[in-house]
Amino acid sequence: MSLEVHIEKRLASCSLEVDFKAGARPLAILGPSGAGKTMTLRCIAGLVRPDRGRVVLNDRVLFDSAKNINIPSRERRIGLLFQNYALFPHMNVAENIAFGAGRTAPSEKVAKILSEVDSFQLVGLENRFPRELSGGEQQRVALARALATDPDALLLDEPLSALDTHLRSRIEHQLAATLAAYKGAALLVTHNIEEAYRLGDEMLVLAKGHVAAYGPKDEVFRHPPTLEVARLTGCKNFSRANAVSSNTIEAVDWGCQLQISQPIAGSVAHAGVRAHQIDFLETRDAAANGENVFPCWLMETSETPFRITLYLRLHSAPREGDQPHLQAEVFKEKWLSFKDRPLPWHVRLDPALVFVLPD
Amino acid sequence: MPADLSPIWISLATSFCATALTFVVGIAAAVWRERHAGPAFAVFDGILLLPLVLPPTVVGFMLLLIFGRNGPLGRLLLQLGTTVVFSWPATVIASAVVSFPLMYVTARAAMTQVDLELINAARTLGATEWRAFRRVTLPLAAPGILAGTILSFARAFGEFGATLMLAGDIPGRTETIPLAIYFAVEANEMPRAISWSLIDVGISLALLLGLYYWTRLQAAAHSERAR
Repeated sequence: MSLEVHIEKRLASCSLEVDFKAGARPLAILGPSGAGKTMTLRCIAGLVRPDRGRVVLNDRVLFDSAKNINIPSRERRIGLLFQNYALFPHMNVAENIAFGAGRTAPSEKVAKILSEVDSFQLVGLENRFPRELSGGEQQRVALARALATDPDALLLDEPLSALDTHLRSRIEHQLAATLAAYKGAALLVTHNIEEAYRLGDEMLVLAKGHVAAYGPKDEVFRHPPTLEVARLTGCKNFSRANAVSSNTIEAVDWGCQLQISQPIAGSVAHAGVRAHQIDFLETRDAAANGENVFPCWLMETSETPFRITLYLRLHSAPREGDQPHLQAEVFKEKWLSFKDRPLPWHVRLDPALVFVLPD
Repeated sequence: MPADLSPIWISLATSFCATALTFVVGIAAAVWRERHAGPAFAVFDGILLLPLVLPPTVVGFMLLLIFGRNGPLGRLLLQLGTTVVFSWPATVIASAVVSFPLMYVTARAAMTQVDLELINAARTLGATEWRAFRRVTLPLAAPGILAGTILSFARAFGEFGATLMLAGDIPGRTETIPLAIYFAVEANEMPRAISWSLIDVGISLALLLGLYYWTRLQAAAHSERAR
């Protein structure tokens, strides 16, 4: 199972150029809105014609601008889960699912629909209309409808964004199971970093129409290739940086030198560290673990129900007009354990977790 | 009560045929226009809408020029050994042309309301353009198309000017109720004019009421199915 995609298309906001190959392991395309994610899916599904490029699904050429091949959507055998599900409002659940099985024999069709209804936990809802279903049920119907056509590839466009937050984790879980059972090439588009990580195996970061990073998801998160990718994958702390030796950098904006475990290869323009990877030390440990340990002062906090974000100034007490150097994210329990200690606190930036970014 | 009831049947037959014609051609034109966006096609819109704004006599006169002995279509028909001017088909043509814009405008509005994403969904599910149209666009645009059909029928049923121009007033062949009323008044036969007017009101009311109950029945059946 493989889906090879090379697409170039001029858009109103930017020009889209993507190049990747997806297999049976789900590929998550992460990117901010307007990066061209949905357009990429539409081009693959044949709903939009790219300006140039080539799309090949299991040796079947679906689009090739050089050879003037453009197979229509209906013959591409690609299932697309639309962002708002696009269920036919005038058809009930069974009719919606049956729509795609248009040309199969009636008896086979019924068996197929029943099995889809069954495996998507839609039993008893066959005669309901889309407006009478919850968001999660609508999503399952849309997914069952797409899979009922036996597509060779499945494309999911922001599959969870239309759902209420409290429903998401359960439905995401079901979706992950569906994806795991699905044999064809699977592609999923999202702007949510955590969703992309949980549902995808491979990850592609799309920014302003170009591929900013592409590879196994852990690799992309641990060693983002550029500042842009580090930002898009949720990193909050950056400093301009210069290499001092093969394992030491000078972080200009943070006013300190940092040790890093992985030897520097190539140029260094920025250093970064993720907000939840900043360690708060007991003061007496500080001297013992000398590497990358700095005194810090709390400037501001911002709370969510279970976590707190701490805005910190390194090295000396902040004066009027100073900006925080770092933001650290900790669980409330942890926060309670050290919030009453006198300032300065000590933070440690683990040499294994600080990453450097090229120009 | 007039002795000759033929205007009733002529009016009804003309209106039904004209509406059927308008229905097919109006929807086809709306679909065609849907696929051809662009300023050049706006001119096309203007031409299609002309019969709505021109006086029916002007439309009738133009039709007479087109279908007349020396008109482009008239000459073609003559070669085929027939002519439509002053015949029953002329009443249908006149009514259809005059009522066409109503069908076209409402059908087009109803179709543009249909979410393009649904049509795209149908395409990815393997549907041909025709199947997507028949199973998705048409049913979802049905209320608007129905409204257009009713308007067209009403317009066709009341058509007078263009019909008189193209089909003339031949009792038993092209004399519809509106024509019968006009010529009754002209001949100063007031009782005849009044009874034809009352018949016209009666038929219109009956049709409207029938339609009202039919749509109510449809809506009830639909919500029953939805339950």
